[in-house]
Amino acid sequence: MNDQNVVSCIDGSAFTEAVCDYSAWMAKGTNAPLKFLHTVEQSSTPAVADLSGAIGLGASEDLLNELSEVEQNRSRLLVKKGNLMLQAAKQKAEDAGVHTVELRQQKGGLAESLIEMEEQIRVLVVGIRGTAHDSGRAGLGAQLETVIRSLHKPILVVNKEFSKPEKIMLAYDGSKGSRKALEIVASNPLFKSTPCHLVHVGDQTNVADKLLEEAADVLRAAEIETTTARLNGKAENSLAAYQAEQNIDLTLMGAFSHTRVRDFILGSFTAKMLQKTQRPLLLLR
Amino acid sequence: MLLHSTKADWLGNIRGDVLAGLVVALALIPEAIAFSIIAGVDPKIGLYASFCIAVIIAFVGGRPGMISAATGAMALLMVTLVKEHGLQYLLAATLLTGLIQIVMGYLKLGSLMSFVSRSVVTGFVNALAILIFMAQLPELTNVTWHVYAMTAAGLGIIYLFPYVPGIGKTIPSPLVCILSLTVFAIVTGLDIRTVGDMGELPDTLPIFLWPEVPLTLETLQIIFPYAAALAVVGLLESLMTATIVDDLTDTPSDKNRECKGQGIANIGSGLLGGMAGCAMIGQSVINVKSGGRGRLSTLIAGSVLLIMVVFLNDWVAKIPMAALVAVMIMVSIGTFDWESIRNLQKHPLSTNVVMIATVVVVVWTHNLAFGVFVGVLLASLFFANKVSHFMYVETEMDEEKNQRTYRVHGQVFFNSSTKFLEHFDFKEAVERIVIDLSRAHFWDISAVHALDMAVLKFRREGADVELIGLNEATETIVDRFGVHDKPEQIERVLGGH
Repeated sequence: MNDQNVVSCIDGSAFTEAVCDYSAWMAKGTNAPLKFLHTVEQSSTPAVADLSGAIGLGASEDLLNELSEVEQNRSRLLVKKGNLMLQAAKQKAEDAGVHTVELRQQKGGLAESLIEMEEQIRVLVVGIRGTAHDSGRAGLGAQLETVIRSLHKPILVVNKEFSKPEKIMLAYDGSKGSRKALEIVASNPLFKSTPCHLVHVGDQTNVADKLLEEAADVLRAAEIETTTARLNGKAENSLAAYQAEQNIDLTLMGAFSHTRVRDFILGSFTAKMLQKTQRPLLLLR
Repeated sequence: MLLHSTKADWLGNIRGDVLAGLVVALALIPEAIAFSIIAGVDPKIGLYASFCIAVIIAFVGGRPGMISAATGAMALLMVTLVKEHGLQYLLAATLLTGLIQIVMGYLKLGSLMSFVSRSVVTGFVNALAILIFMAQLPELTNVTWHVYAMTAAGLGIIYLFPYVPGIGKTIPSPLVCILSLTVFAIVTGLDIRTVGDMGELPDTLPIFLWPEVPLTLETLQIIFPYAAALAVVGLLESLMTATIVDDLTDTPSDKNRECKGQGIANIGSGLLGGMAGCAMIGQSVINVKSGGRGRLSTLIAGSVLLIMVVFLNDWVAKIPMAALVAVMIMVSIGTFDWESIRNLQKHPLSTNVVMIATVVVVVWTHNLAFGVFVGVLLASLFFANKVSHFMYVETEMDEEKNQRTYRVHGQVFFNSSTKFLEHFDFKEAVERIVIDLSRAHFWDISAVHALDMAVLKFRREGADVELIGLNEATETIVDRFGVHDKPEQIERVLGGH
């Protein structure tokens, strides 16, 4: 367990600072080393675009030279920028008291890089949007969905400024994924002294109460201050409303492993929840 | 897996892909018409083919951003088939071509591309450019001076228009060339040949049709040789183009998927009344240059091409052939690897011979497959010859023990085995011979046979022979095929001669 890191993905977008803070908090709480990752990805928007449509002598060689020159400069700049960013993040984390901070800069897509280093990941911390969507609009980042789909590790999705989680909420429906999440909350030192709201969304009162009682017992056994609540309505809406009402700092849920086809037609619950929620979300699996 | 694509493949570069797709669609129209004329079919066959292939490849191809459509390389292979048997047999051959390509894709024959050396690729590209240029010549012979003037003006527009400040780099100059020459021809009422004179243009969307050929063995015998050549040339050009696009965009591609994709696209084209096609070097370069990177660019190119042709066919028919010729000359100039001519002085002779032989064979036979075959063959022979230069034998005499040691270095195989034997002095009277093979490698039966002969000859001269230092691979092949340590075989080796 000790060689596993809290991996924090930074890209210089608006959430970078919050991501640093949350990962520092996470690393301190779990006493794990912290690793900052920055990926340098060749932008898919071409650097050269000449719509003249004419090709003359040595068209292919000229184009190759032109493209490689422009992209060389662009990559160099990106690498330099990323380095500065990583150094700043390291400084910040060390100031916050994290004992081991590692830096890593890698070429290629974020998802590919993460899949490669999946073995070393204990928890992944990412911002909800990257630089590509930095214009302040709402919505999920271009990479987030792929990253969530392709990794099988807990992921903390950061969508606001850091505030130390004083109150957490666990969305619980009795499924395998959520039971796993329950175990993690009960056993993890990170949540030892944080009050936990155990929340279930569903209409069947008896079943829900029984589920919640069972789960609450597990948490109480771990000496965690527990409140239970049963909500009605559409899961993502009521959870988001409850979050705001009770001033929850962090929501935990098991990720739901539907098939791609079903997600395509119905929309994945995780994605809906990510869009609705105003607070950071920790996806456990 | 054949339909797998990421969001970024399609939507990663929407603006660039749409603009580049439009530029390519405009450039594809004259090419598709010109290549149909080369093949001897109506322009609509090439236009339908370009539409089908571009659109299908957008989904199933292995190299996003590469443009595939009706091509000159393929058109040249169909000429005789169309002349002797007609269009329906061409459509049947197109289907069979697709089938063969899919099989080749599943057999992973795409990896055989590694045998095609750089100089063969250069030869292929140059030959292709020359063929495209030569195909324009019929339009330029026995015509009035007006045609020459218009072609020259067209070329002038194509190459000079991009220098016009402001609009030069935003409006495709081949389009400007076609538009202005068409307007000029209509206004002046010149009596010159137009696209409309060359055959039927599409007036509807393509419809599904099964080629009207008898499903007999005889049909297969007619179309198979053509289909096989089309399949090979199509994949060769597609894979070469894919490599060029890989280099240009600095991104990888899936070559075996591209083989299957080309097959599916050709089947689609055959079923919708189009001819066989493949990837196009010139158009793919134009696409990348215009900023196209994703699958969307290919899809836009194909669909816009069809929409324009179907709705504007009255106007397309009025385009003077001189304008098309100018565009095609541009394509051939852009396809030709001019660097290779300068490199003739720098590169070794064998490389140049391979390149030039490829060009000559293609231009002579009008079949790119033969050219590549000759090029690969020559390149392999030259390679074998070069490797055999690195075989030499050192020798040392130990007077005291009356023993001679031969130390063999390098690769021993069919080409170097005779040279290997020549290094031994069989007439020298010594008691013991040691052949040290620790720095040698024996590759084939010829090499083992040569070794056998050496050992046996020394024994016949009355010397004891010892082999030392066989590496593992050599030992295996010598054990399996060598006879010098199997007395019952010796009779057969020496006795026969």
